[in-house]
Amino acid sequence: MLEVAGITQIFGGVTALEDVSFVAKKGDITGVIGPNGAGKTTLFNIVSGIYKQTSGSVHLEGKQVTGLPPERLARLGMVRTFQNIELFGSMTVMENVMVGMHTKSSSGILACSFLMPWSIGEERRIRDGAMKWLDFVGITGEADVTAGNLPFGKGRLLEIARALAVEPRLILMDEPAAGLNSQETLALASLIQRIRALGITVVLVEHDMELVMDICDRIVVLNLGRKLAEGTPREIQENPEVIAAYLGEG
Amino acid sequence: MQFDQILQYTLSGLSTGAIYALIGIGFSIIYNSTGIINFAQGEFVMLGGMLTLFFMGPLKLPLWAAIPCAVLISTLTGIVFERFAIRPLRQPTPINLVIITIGGSILMRGLAMLLWGKDTQSLPPFSGDEPIAIGGATILPQHIWILGITLVIIAINKLYFYHTISGKAMRACAYNRRAAGLVGIDVRRMVMFSFMISSAMGAVAGIIVAPLTMTAYDVGVMLGLKGFCAAIIGGMSSGAATVVGGLILGVLESLGAGLVSSGYKDAIAFIILLLILFIRPQGLFGKADSERV
Amino acid sequence: MKKELLKFLVFLVIVMAAPLAFKGGYLLNVLVFVGINTMLAIALNLLLGYAGQISLGHAGFFGLGAYLSGIMTATYGWNPWLVMPLAALIVGILAFMIGFPVLKLKGHYLAMATLGLGIIIYIVFNETVDLTGGPSGLSGIPNLTIAGTTFDTDLKNYYLIWSFTSVIVFLAVNLARSRVGRALRAIHDSEVAAQVLGVNARIIKIQIFALSAAISSLAGSLYAHTMTFISPASFGFNFSVELLTMVVIGGLGSIYGSFFGAVLLTLLPEFLREAQDYDIVIYGALLMAMVMFMPGGLVRGIPALFNRFIKPAGKGNGHA
Ligand SMILES: Nc1ncnc2c1ncn2[C@@H]1O[C@H](COP(=O)(O)OP(=O)(O)OP(=O)(O)O)[C@@H](O)[C@H]1O
Ligand SMILES: [Mg+2]
Repeated sequence: MLEVAGITQIFGGVTALEDVSFVAKKGDITGVIGPNGAGKTTLFNIVSGIYKQTSGSVHLEGKQVTGLPPERLARLGMVRTFQNIELFGSMTVMENVMVGMHTKSSSGILACSFLMPWSIGEERRIRDGAMKWLDFVGITGEADVTAGNLPFGKGRLLEIARALAVEPRLILMDEPAAGLNSQETLALASLIQRIRALGITVVLVEHDMELVMDICDRIVVLNLGRKLAEGTPREIQENPEVIAAYLGEG
Repeated sequence: MQFDQILQYTLSGLSTGAIYALIGIGFSIIYNSTGIINFAQGEFVMLGGMLTLFFMGPLKLPLWAAIPCAVLISTLTGIVFERFAIRPLRQPTPINLVIITIGGSILMRGLAMLLWGKDTQSLPPFSGDEPIAIGGATILPQHIWILGITLVIIAINKLYFYHTISGKAMRACAYNRRAAGLVGIDVRRMVMFSFMISSAMGAVAGIIVAPLTMTAYDVGVMLGLKGFCAAIIGGMSSGAATVVGGLILGVLESLGAGLVSSGYKDAIAFIILLLILFIRPQGLFGKADSERV
Repeated sequence: MKKELLKFLVFLVIVMAAPLAFKGGYLLNVLVFVGINTMLAIALNLLLGYAGQISLGHAGFFGLGAYLSGIMTATYGWNPWLVMPLAALIVGILAFMIGFPVLKLKGHYLAMATLGLGIIIYIVFNETVDLTGGPSGLSGIPNLTIAGTTFDTDLKNYYLIWSFTSVIVFLAVNLARSRVGRALRAIHDSEVAAQVLGVNARIIKIQIFALSAAISSLAGSLYAHTMTFISPASFGFNFSVELLTMVVIGGLGSIYGSFFGAVLLTLLPEFLREAQDYDIVIYGALLMAMVMFMPGGLVRGIPALFNRFIKPAGKGNGHA
């Protein structure tokens, strides 16, 4: 599904990533873990087209997508969420998800201004679709709340609903459990599994080891910008280098 | 198009360029410590000139006494502006900051007009107006004053930023505000300092140029924008690059006005501004920088 | 949906009935300009309030429309009704092309670039004397005519201008509530998140910039034909700032807010007739005060004040 090969990223003098390669298989939940500053978010920024890497390539479903801008990648079926949630704070929860349906609709400036019949029909379709995704993550009750006023946990769910509205085949989640309490984290775990059940491949950056070990099929470990290890949760848990890296960090 | 003519234009361009440089450095200092482009920067230039006239005219002070008074009042205005308009802003988004500094600029301009009228006035030159011949060209003593004072100010600036505690603290803020705060630098005070320094520099620029170009309540707009243009050419540096930016701009403008068309003189600065923003937003001498997400 | 329609109808009734209140007074003439300014404020608001992209050069697009119409009709005798859409199209395409490099810039840099653009256009108006008449202006621009009726009185012009303004309001309200409007607001709130969801932020910003310029050009053409005389002074930096003030005072991201802003700022100088010179001070103070104390503009600020101080008495909650 997603194939990352030889990614190197240098910021000024700092090497944030060095020759990182891994494969996320279709239908899998792949975890990417590593201590703070390991380069996980940077990796996501590169894969999702936000940064241009110094070198290396990205393939999506066998197709070369290196360097494509994020909006193109969205149309090719890849979305992501952000470590520091990026909601559209001045818009309602419903409208946030409706933006997620952008690629699934096409009325332009003129059709929208002149209220063309097809754009009215499309609007209805967008609204229904958005409602469906709010329901999927369980925040229909907050549909008309301004997203900026949403409690943190629900904000995370909204961000996921919004990403799902794109109807992706691959979703990258950057620390979706950060800031959630244990109950919310449990709910998140089952939500991620339900997402996988929709046939969506998941790549997950996460610090919550319990969550990662629980739901991931495979795990990639980054440390100081390099890939330290890769394997099943069990293999990773027993890998001495990984243990050392985590202990070394304190 | 003779050599003498070109020399003449270049010389007078250098002195206007020095003014742009001073204003531009003012822009950069504030930008570096706060991330704000202060659209009111030009008004301090206007205040410098107008206040000096005010102290000399109605208050009958001699020039040497009027100048420090004018700089002092302008600086205080800068501090008040930062303290009571910028700092209390609840949503300091770039758009709000642009709007509030534009508002401040209009307000200052309007008040100056109400206080001192709409007439264009001129300040006496600091030491006569006997032209001095250089090669086939001539310059006025005021040109030398401008270049000299600019040099002195830039030197003081350099000393301040590199050899005093508070100057170093300001550089730390410019480099990384968050980190500067974490190591115990009073970022707010540094922001106030930056407004203080740049309004003082603006005022001085306004005073030294007034004998050459005249002054009025509305001179701040154009001078401010040109100063910004100098800063952009210099990549928003508060040092040599902006000085060079100002000089380049001054000379190009002067040559363009003299050799091509004086009507389009003001357009030159803006065309350069756009070209730099489009092609090299990091400035003529800077390196590209990646933005964080 | 129904609520929107109702709001628009109320707006329409107010607009159509207003002249009855000012029977032929000179204020009617001012109201014509309120209409033109409303169009301009809406144009700027689409860009600034929705897409979150500032422009300090919109007076330039306004001027381009005015001069294109003025020159083609007064000097070359073309049909005004033909020139008007043509001018809007040309200005729109021009803005579209300039938009590529300009809208790559953000925040303060964008402000400066658009400002520079506006000033360059202004200088061109002043310097191309053969075409524009330079600083002394261009006169002899014909009034518009429809089926033998010439729009040469304040009352006729009032209805002419406000018909256009009403259509623009209607279209803008629709656009704002649509898929495109949402995408614009999304870009405003978080450009990177919008892009990740498949919104082509770059193109949409450029499109809305072009649309905004085209509407401004239309307003300029109408201005030229109602004034019959134009000069560069109306299209300078100060007017760009005035437009910005209207949008901010009315409320960023509110179409009816732009209407209120235009009404307030166009009428203000008329009420300050005796104290002419104070208007610039008041603009400045208003701009600062709005950003500091009412960053949402009047359309959000007034209801908020109302809820805070008078709510126990009433329960209305107007939202524009
Ligand atoms: N735009 C940038 N410019 C310069 N350095 C950067 C940039 N983005 C990231 N870095 C650096 O790259 C390194 C990796 O950062 P990254 O955010 O990818 O880590 P992370 O693994 O996501 O950490 P965390 O678990 O804390 O989120 C860090 O040293 C960081 O400072
Ligand atoms: Mg991270």
